[in-house]
Amino acid sequence: MATTAATVERENYLNAGYGLKSWLLTTDHKRIAILYLISITFMFFIGGFFATMIRLELLTPAGDLMTSDTYNKMFSMHGIVMVFFFLIPSIPAVLGNFLIPMMIGAKDLAFPRINLLSWYIYTVSAGMMIYVILNGGVDTGWTFYPPFSTTYSNTNVVIAGLAVFVNGFSSILTGLNFIVTLHRMRAPGLSWTRLPLFCWSHYATSVIQVLGTPVLAITLALVALERLFHIGIFDPKVGGDPVLFQHLFWFYSHPAVYIMILPSMAVMSEVITCFSRKRIFGYNFVALASIGIAVLGFLVWAHHMFVAGISVYAALVFSILSYFVAVPSAIKVFNWTATMYKGRIYLHTPMLYAFGFIGLFTMGGMTGLFLAALGIDVHVTDTYFVVAHFHFIMVGGAVMAYLSGIHFWWPKITGRMYPEAWGRIAAGLVFAGFNLTFLPQFVLGYVGMPRRYHAYAPEFQVLNVLSTAGASILALGYLLPLIYLLWSLRYGEIAGNNPWQAAGLEWTTASPPPTYNFEETPVVTWEAYNYDELPQEVPVAQ
Amino acid sequence: MPSSTEVVAQHSLQHHFANMEQQRESSTLGMWLFLVTEIMFFGGLFASYLVYRLLHPGAFEFGSEHMEFWLGTINTVILLCSSLTVALSVHAAQLGRNKIVAILLIITVLMGLGFLCIKGVEYHNHWVEGSFPGHWWHMDTSTLRGDDVSAAQLFFFIYFVMTGLHALHVFIGMVLLSFIAYFALKGHYTAEYHNPVHVSGLYWHFVDLVWIFLYPLLYLIAHKHA
Amino acid sequence: MALMVLTAFLSTINLGDWSTVVALAIAAAKALLVLLFFMHLRYESYKITAVVLFAGIFWMSILFVLSLTDYLTRGVTGAPGH
Repeated sequence: MATTAATVERENYLNAGYGLKSWLLTTDHKRIAILYLISITFMFFIGGFFATMIRLELLTPAGDLMTSDTYNKMFSMHGIVMVFFFLIPSIPAVLGNFLIPMMIGAKDLAFPRINLLSWYIYTVSAGMMIYVILNGGVDTGWTFYPPFSTTYSNTNVVIAGLAVFVNGFSSILTGLNFIVTLHRMRAPGLSWTRLPLFCWSHYATSVIQVLGTPVLAITLALVALERLFHIGIFDPKVGGDPVLFQHLFWFYSHPAVYIMILPSMAVMSEVITCFSRKRIFGYNFVALASIGIAVLGFLVWAHHMFVAGISVYAALVFSILSYFVAVPSAIKVFNWTATMYKGRIYLHTPMLYAFGFIGLFTMGGMTGLFLAALGIDVHVTDTYFVVAHFHFIMVGGAVMAYLSGIHFWWPKITGRMYPEAWGRIAAGLVFAGFNLTFLPQFVLGYVGMPRRYHAYAPEFQVLNVLSTAGASILALGYLLPLIYLLWSLRYGEIAGNNPWQAAGLEWTTASPPPTYNFEETPVVTWEAYNYDELPQEVPVAQ
Repeated sequence: MPSSTEVVAQHSLQHHFANMEQQRESSTLGMWLFLVTEIMFFGGLFASYLVYRLLHPGAFEFGSEHMEFWLGTINTVILLCSSLTVALSVHAAQLGRNKIVAILLIITVLMGLGFLCIKGVEYHNHWVEGSFPGHWWHMDTSTLRGDDVSAAQLFFFIYFVMTGLHALHVFIGMVLLSFIAYFALKGHYTAEYHNPVHVSGLYWHFVDLVWIFLYPLLYLIAHKHA
Repeated sequence: MALMVLTAFLSTINLGDWSTVVALAIAAAKALLVLLFFMHLRYESYKITAVVLFAGIFWMSILFVLSLTDYLTRGVTGAPGH
């Protein structure tokens, strides 16, 4: 049924108005999601550029590609761009924005204009960050620790800090929008326990965004003030405490990692159920686990500070709490696995990414438990062990889930199918490249290679070369979807309403959906994931 | 908050809401959530205050002694009264009495202005006294010992950042309420549709709440009063 | 309403060592009155509003309390740096 010629085109959100103005002044959550998709993809590749620089430098033990100061800028900007301008917005701003109103049977989010404002704030902050990059960068690390950031750094700390400050408001407003939407705009009959778990996870994410981000904002503002006016809020000379900065910074930045992973888990719940043709195992547990992660995630921040000079009693408290926070995540992994048991498994691209997620996220999570142990942490903190740990979760987890979601909902968003063969190839490359890049880094960290160093002892070279080789495969794996997804916009097979025969209100509308989503507001009388009522066959594309 | 063109229409139901009640409840919940973000925003500053007061109690007592007790107290009363006028204006809006709403809000804005003026006087006095931290610091700290000598600057830094941020929020509140007063004068609010008044009032009350806590923490540490 | 203005004056009384606690208690009482009556929290039909507010206050106290686990126990062990 492939066709490139448009027949009589039904009105949908994509053709309901042409021209730049109709896009830049839109309040349609679907169009705003597309705007975000473009922005964050752009920022992702900028962050990827810095990653490339890092891995190139680390091919040889000597610091020969760039000076140490320049290297500091590379990993700083890689971190800032990837964390704040890609990972945190990614799934919520693209998939959350697009899907949540549809999943609850609403016409739009609660505050459509604030949604657009969110995107503009994001774009302004991204512009500020690009200015920083072009104007000499910033070298404090994405963590902005004083006294280096406040006193000794000679780079664009204030503007970079302000860029992140502004970016935070985009995050806050998105979270606020989702919370009000989920409370007030659900269709009749759609109780909380009938909601897709995608919504529960995004709700938990939004709670973190609303409660945590303001603390980051004020902290960065204080750093800017100290730097601009030479007032020592964190300066020991006037009685200030640099560790206070770390408390305030990590109070947000640890929950931030849950902002990054919860939406990934949201995608997983949808993809795994669809490609196992089964209802989720333990719906209530998964829903509550999302909330549990959000709450417990706020109680563990000082595990980033075990060697920073906090008291040993505080370290003990945070160590124990860090063990607790692993429990809800583990519950989710068990439940997804149980969902697959005796299910009818289909190996389409989204599901391949989901498999990758489950394995890699679990490994990343377990290495987090090693880090929560004080004795081990003293040994491996600030080494590549930590770098590997968080990349397993952020890249092996979050980015894979993002790609899974993009592929899964691509037909809904664009009305086109992506080429399945290429999708699978890319997924394989991403998985292989990822493991080759980051598994050696666990070993490197354990045998003592410090992080944020541009030169290292010669005996570490083999593992570093393997890592860089993996990174090049990973890069290819990321470029492929960019190419074939764009290709599919014009040449992809036309998708029907529900190519995956998936459960969920969003699949009951046309692909792409009309501007107001539903002809009539649906009245929901069925439970979520009603796969026993849906066909067992997933149509195989191409 | 609807734009002015939308307010002109008699029925201001936005297209994505099913009914006015949903719209009203959504905007109210949205404002409460926003206020929670503001709580966390100021929370970081309150946390810094907490930590540094623990570490340097003498310096904080010294700093508080140099606060102008009566100006601070008058400001507290002003803000509390302004909260009263705002609450009364919301009550008037529920009765559809636009003129009263406007008058009460204008009085509120004027009180806000008064608050800011008094704050300005205080800041001026601080400037003269030399308690602006950093470059401009030249306070007489001869009564302090040890760490407290330099930590006195910390108190003033926190004082200026907290009250400065608060003053910024007072100003934003004044602008917000002025807009609402303007719309009220144009007769845009009715007994059925007046949630913008309510929601803007919530913001102003929050500004008052922050000051209710700032006042004892900054002005009342010292045991002796003027 | 006059009660509100009265409590402002109450906070100025000198009470020695406990003055901070009392001052904050009075502030909390004032805050509660503003919340319940001025901000209509007492008349809100949706419980979620109170939950939202409570969450905000609770979260801020998480920041305070857990940071204090560090600041209140520094130097307790006598070991260098702890």
